[in-house]
Amino acid sequence: MRVIVDGQAVTAERGQTVAAVLMGHGRTSWRITRHGGRPRGLFCGIGVCFDCLVIVNGIPDVRACQRVVVDGDDIRTQYGAELPEAGT
Amino acid sequence: MTVLVVGAGPAGIHAASSAAGVGADVVLVDSASRPGGQYHRQPSDAPRTGALAVVDHPRVKWMPETWVWAVERTDQGFRLHAQVGPADAPGRPCIALDGEALVLAMGAYDRVLPFPGWDLPGVYTAGAAQAMAKGQRVAVGRNVVVSGTGPFLLPVAESLLGVGARVRGVLEAGSPVRWALQPWLLRGSLGKIGELAHYAKVLSTGKVPYRTRSAVVAAHGADRVESVTVARLNHDWTVASGSEQQVEVDAVAVGYGFTPQLELAIALGCRIQRALDDSDVVVVGRDQATSVPGVFAAGEITAVAGADAAAAEGVLAGLSAAQSIGSSIVDKQVSLIRRKVLRKRDFARALAAVHPVRSGWQSWLVDTTLVCRCEEVSLSAVRSAVVERGAAGMRALKLLCRVGLGPCQGRICGRNVAELTGLPDIPKRPIASPIRLGDLASEPDGSGG
Repeated sequence: MRVIVDGQAVTAERGQTVAAVLMGHGRTSWRITRHGGRPRGLFCGIGVCFDCLVIVNGIPDVRACQRVVVDGDDIRTQYGAELPEAGT
Repeated sequence: MTVLVVGAGPAGIHAASSAAGVGADVVLVDSASRPGGQYHRQPSDAPRTGALAVVDHPRVKWMPETWVWAVERTDQGFRLHAQVGPADAPGRPCIALDGEALVLAMGAYDRVLPFPGWDLPGVYTAGAAQAMAKGQRVAVGRNVVVSGTGPFLLPVAESLLGVGARVRGVLEAGSPVRWALQPWLLRGSLGKIGELAHYAKVLSTGKVPYRTRSAVVAAHGADRVESVTVARLNHDWTVASGSEQQVEVDAVAVGYGFTPQLELAIALGCRIQRALDDSDVVVVGRDQATSVPGVFAAGEITAVAGADAAAAEGVLAGLSAAQSIGSSIVDKQVSLIRRKVLRKRDFARALAAVHPVRSGWQSWLVDTTLVCRCEEVSLSAVRSAVVERGAAGMRALKLLCRVGLGPCQGRICGRNVAELTGLPDIPKRPIASPIRLGDLASEPDGSGG
């Protein structure tokens, strides 16, 4: 299957988490912190720490380590505290 | 009559299986899409064998991707409030699950001690490295160092080797030579000696150095980990001066024991106590009963001792829960399991004795080191809230510097902040799993009606 990461189509496999797709394509961070503007990615890997938040299909604050991808998912870097896109 | 089981790790699947085996109807819920929890984590295309096959039992209703966010007592028993569907997606259906008995088996997550640079991408919990390797076949780095304390570091190194990473070393902060000097600590856990021998072989085959009294005490890099400082530790875990070495790595996996997930137990009012490893655990009696009638607990939430122990406790908790709602069980079956569980408690005590976290870790931090990752609160901000602004309790401290107020609700920093400040942690989190406000408003069974 294919998903979109920050505007670019990449391949993904069934059962992969968003974090696994991103890391499999060499990404180590996909969120910029609200105060310090620092990069963050995976940390606890089991849904506890909320460091790996990312935007999926216009919805922010999705835990990349918990969310399993589906074909066509639109995954975007999250900058600070973002609001959901209109109409989602 | 239904037994609700929360968590489908080793404890939960064995609880479900034993309860169903004596005739109880079981509802087994877990946030993952597959049973097994962190220990039996497998790629999504792996067959469900052994204990995992419990989800196909005719009396077990398996509910994957079910995120329990609250629990309440009802006239008949208990009600779980959950959302079903993909993680953090809005609009997932809200459901209520009712049962007459409840088995809590939520497990635990890694404890990580802060150090300068631990907020850089490339620093992972040991559990994250393990989950990515076992569940997703992804190596968190090519050149990885494993640091922390406890026997769990060994399977993490093995998993990393298994997905092709080079493991530069396993750094054990403690001196587990006590296992050898005081072998009675392992009494009743002979299987553990075989496990240790297995890992010794794995490490030597993979040419992985194992060093005791050592730790990663800082990570460096611009936007990700490029190197770490590795140091020898004194007995109290302060850095042995002059022992620091810079090592180039692209990832660090860190684990200093575990923190049990107690949200639902605390919400129900189960008695909690401080265990020997300084984690808070659910108090259970001989049959895994908590202080709340009808609520049983099993696995790491009652004391961290590994998967075999959790499975034994799960069996006992499942039988007890089924018995509490009318199933009849054979006493002989129970006494065998009970002996296994007692050995588990011995092993948990031994683990805590051999792998204590020593306070010298606090000296690894500098003023700018983040203590709270979510709210980006530094050590100096926490100190000034206590020293200059007189925060006398955790609640005041949170309000003064925002430590622990982010989305993880203090799960990662709570114990560390408590140790740094001497103020007791408040692990109360009424919303156990995040629910979006729009979904909460539409919740069918909310107390607001």
